[in-house]
Amino acid sequence: MSGSFNKEQYHVLVIGGSAGSFPSVSRILEHLPNDYRLPVVMCLHRLRDKREGFKEALEIKSKMPVCEPNDKDLILPAHVYIAPANYHLLIETPHFFALATTELVQYSRPSIDVLFESAADALKSNVLAVLLSGANRDGALGMKRIHVKGGYTVVQDPATCSMNTMPQAALDLTPVDRILDLDRIIEFLIDLH
Amino acid sequence: MFNLPSEYDIEIELDDLNKLTDAVLTKYGYDFGNYAMSSFKRRIIMVLKKHGIKTVELLIQKILHDSQFFEQFILDITVNTTELFRDPSFFRYLREKIIPVLNTRPEFNIWHAACSSGEEVISMSILLHEEGLLSRAKVYATDINHAVLKRAAEARYPLRNLELFKQNYELTMPKGKLEDYYIVKDNEIYFDPALVSHVKFKHHDLAVDHHFFKFDFIFCRNVLIYFNQDLQNRVFELLHNSLFLGGFLALGAKESMVWCRISDKFEVVNEIEKVYKKIKL
Repeated sequence: MSGSFNKEQYHVLVIGGSAGSFPSVSRILEHLPNDYRLPVVMCLHRLRDKREGFKEALEIKSKMPVCEPNDKDLILPAHVYIAPANYHLLIETPHFFALATTELVQYSRPSIDVLFESAADALKSNVLAVLLSGANRDGALGMKRIHVKGGYTVVQDPATCSMNTMPQAALDLTPVDRILDLDRIIEFLIDLH
Repeated sequence: MFNLPSEYDIEIELDDLNKLTDAVLTKYGYDFGNYAMSSFKRRIIMVLKKHGIKTVELLIQKILHDSQFFEQFILDITVNTTELFRDPSFFRYLREKIIPVLNTRPEFNIWHAACSSGEEVISMSILLHEEGLLSRAKVYATDINHAVLKRAAEARYPLRNLELFKQNYELTMPKGKLEDYYIVKDNEIYFDPALVSHVKFKHHDLAVDHHFFKFDFIFCRNVLIYFNQDLQNRVFELLHNSLFLGGFLALGAKESMVWCRISDKFEVVNEIEKVYKKIKL
């Protein structure tokens, strides 16, 4: 753990995961308080043609409101944002989102790389990223970019994941700040508050 | 060509992008200066990688001195991912609620703004045909990209898209079979030319051009997401000026008029399907 860790540095929490990480994400949201200091922006791989159901399922456990942002919507603290079906979600400026229907990235739309890379570009070292389990390599390049720009990177311990391709791909590509199992990730995120 | 690894990092600063958009505007009259930077930057990085160009400065030189390359550049950076009946519930909504309104008019005008390769044009033509209104529709389809306009007019698509097209069509409460509208030849789907023979395909740039006709229905779906709010406001005014009073505007599923300066001149007809109606001049 870095001695210089200063939680005030971080203005946004981005989380990436594949469809299989839904229970993990649900547990994370269950534990974060309704006045959480950060906006929580998530890209989870999902079916392109299922527009409804996903947000509603996360809302069951989340204490914060869960939204699928429209284009150019504001990024607010204590809100959970999930990338809509069949769109890439990007952080356009520190204050608002943009959406795109561009090509699949890593076979995915929404893609974690697209969200993470845009977050690194818009918010530089103010990004804190968590990459959960998954079965493809999406997110690795995004984690690398966040690391290069001085943001903080947390990867779910591949040894504790049912599908470890995604966290392992990130670890193979870039140094990260922490490798934690899900319970430690939740503790870490609560401490950020 | 340079042989670059797929995941090398290219640093592009805002300043580089501004120089690029200035050069393109001065030389060719296309204005990308008000595009949403996050996605525009990704497109530029993609272009650099694709053509093995190392810096934006070198890209600018190539664009300025090679107008054929510029045509390719326009094709590369504009987003041409679309589907037949993209968002089937939207087309089902048109079939159930909007078609009956259009049916009360002896003729009506439709504009597909930024139509790309034309899948939405075909979708609407099929819908109008099945509802018996096709002969009363005057249709314009416009884009900034000459190459995709040509493709749209040919109504020709890669065969690999067929499964998705069929799935979408089946969800629109169809009155026919998709097979009735196309043939397959040489790994491509050729739609019936009658579905586009009434359509005027025309070059039009929402960022710089003005309104050219009045419409009863305008499609502008998943276009505004690529623009910043200044340009979105310009385009909303252009679309407003292009609509008859009582005319409809359809946006993409995750686009919104909330931030738009003239949102009070429209009413929301359907919040989910993003259909708006012009209620004030």
